[in-house]
Amino acid sequence: MSAIGRRTSLPAPLRDLTKGRGNLIGAIVALGIAALLPLFFDPLSSVTDNFILAGAYVVMALGLNIVVGFAGLLDLGYVAFYALGAYTVGWFASDHFTPINHTKGIHILAGKFASTLPGVHLNFLLIIVVSIVVVGIAGMLIGLPTLRLRGDYIAIVTLAFGEIVYRFAVNGDQIEFASGYKLTNGRQAISPIDSIYIPGFKEFDSALNLRPYFWFVLALVALVLIVNFHLRDSRQGRAWIAIREDEVAAASMGVPLVKTKLMAYGTGAAFGGMAGAFLGSYLTSVNANNFQFGFSIFILAMVILGGLGSIWGVAFGAILLSFLNTYFIPNVFDTLPHKLGLDFDLTVLSFGIFGFLILIVMILRPQGLFPERRRALELTEGIGAGDATFEVQAP
Amino acid sequence: MTTPVAVPPPATGDGSRPSLLSTEQVSKTFGGLVAVNDVTFSIPEFSIVSIIGPNGAGKTTFFNMLTGLYKPSVGQIVFDGQDISRRRPDQITKLGIARTFQNIRLFATMTAVENVMVGQHARMRAGLIGSILRPPRVRGEERSVRVKAKEMLSYVGLSERVFDELAVNLAYGDQRRVEIARALASEPRLLLLDEPTAGMNPQESDRLTAFMRQLREERNLTILLIEHDMKVVMGVSERITVLDHGEKIAEGDPVEVRANPIVVEAYLGKQG
Repeated sequence: MSAIGRRTSLPAPLRDLTKGRGNLIGAIVALGIAALLPLFFDPLSSVTDNFILAGAYVVMALGLNIVVGFAGLLDLGYVAFYALGAYTVGWFASDHFTPINHTKGIHILAGKFASTLPGVHLNFLLIIVVSIVVVGIAGMLIGLPTLRLRGDYIAIVTLAFGEIVYRFAVNGDQIEFASGYKLTNGRQAISPIDSIYIPGFKEFDSALNLRPYFWFVLALVALVLIVNFHLRDSRQGRAWIAIREDEVAAASMGVPLVKTKLMAYGTGAAFGGMAGAFLGSYLTSVNANNFQFGFSIFILAMVILGGLGSIWGVAFGAILLSFLNTYFIPNVFDTLPHKLGLDFDLTVLSFGIFGFLILIVMILRPQGLFPERRRALELTEGIGAGDATFEVQAP
Repeated sequence: MTTPVAVPPPATGDGSRPSLLSTEQVSKTFGGLVAVNDVTFSIPEFSIVSIIGPNGAGKTTFFNMLTGLYKPSVGQIVFDGQDISRRRPDQITKLGIARTFQNIRLFATMTAVENVMVGQHARMRAGLIGSILRPPRVRGEERSVRVKAKEMLSYVGLSERVFDELAVNLAYGDQRRVEIARALASEPRLLLLDEPTAGMNPQESDRLTAFMRQLREERNLTILLIEHDMKVVMGVSERITVLDHGEKIAEGDPVEVRANPIVVEAYLGKQG
């Protein structure tokens, strides 16, 4: 028997053990290795910093992947959920609402230092829960008006929502509910934000050690990976894919379209909110400048680059683009313009570079770097697309 | 003869059997176009009933109203004692009506088994939280749904070899089989088949005809089919309803319909 073309296979007992558990084992190995990473670097290393940002982007990209990759609803306003999540931490873990409770503040399981400050201070774990609930509901509300729409039109409506949220964020410092209660701090940013406080873990208190934040975001990534894999192979996930494939057939097989789509919007948004809350706390500031349209595209580019619907692919795409943004463009390729005899900062071209990358991916490998096999088929053989004439949407 | 046809009074079953589904003066208009006009019709439980008619007669539009894809402009559809004219497709599926499509509409990039698992959606309970947390109840449900999907595929005669093949890669006949399995998976009481023998050779059509009878006997199904193959229609149906230009022009058992001059006229044109 020729060895060529034969796939090397594991011995039988190992094969049985790993059968159908490839993702679980892959996840344990990948996260295990990742967990050791910061130990090789200085506690304040910029590498760790870059990895923390990448982790937060992985959470967001996997959230967007549920909406765009699984359910096939193109969402161009994902930044809105990042913003809402960040403002959850801005409102409930800072001195933003200074006058509350006669400037004595409200503290629920807050850290030692935060407990002395005015304003609302919830424990970060509570904030995570609040952001999931609040942003999840917001996601469904934003999804509502798109339910009667298809394809490109959904993209336009979500894009508009992203822009509306950004405008509110920027001008929120002019919106005052009562004296001292402003919606946002606009471009002045709400700052400082409480650091993460988990009773028993003193490490978060130190401003000189990034490792706890790294491990925290790694835990979030693990959580989101589990949720993604569980959802994909479930009643809910099959309904999403069925809707993406053929809405009419899905509805005729008993899949309620409105509910199923809202679930996709809500779940995807909740991840964005969670990551937003984390980033707000990590960067200790919530600045309206971060919530621009370009960010939605940044996250969408991660999903497309990795491969729509492919969980591992999207996670990889997020890490790749994040490092391109935080490391390769400002630190590695930054001398390029100078070498070409030009004088400008390469970072101003970041979005141009991302756009160029997406263009190349679309031409050379439209299914993404690590495509999900379903999507690969769709893009290469033109499967999909339904007809818009049925009245299935009427609630 | 140009006198209006004396359509027999709405069939409320042939005496002994109550009707499972009935429509009351149902019409559907698209803008100015009347696709289905004033159709009153009923299907007795456990019967096999066909709707025939020339192309564009409104057969598929009528089907789409029964399954909730279109809402009737006028009229009422009653299934098992409940008015379903305003219900959503998924609600109607849950009540017990399943269908196949004229141009096969499988979820192309899902496997045969997954397609049939989607068919069981209405009979499953796992919600979003359950799907995420996977308590034993959900895991058990998932297992039994998968087992049932495979049973269903074997039942319609799909080879086990292609169970995990993506639907798009299946042979045409197998796609038809998977579509029927997917419809059966929703545990319907009424099965609507839209031109199930389209593209089949006579042997395959014969097998499908036998299979329809088998379905009725073994699964207590009532079957309504749209069909162009007269051999199938005449061989399997107990009653036949003829539509032309959106209107019901005749109704009766195969012998009556075949002898009806108006039906002959609708199909072949008026005789000189």
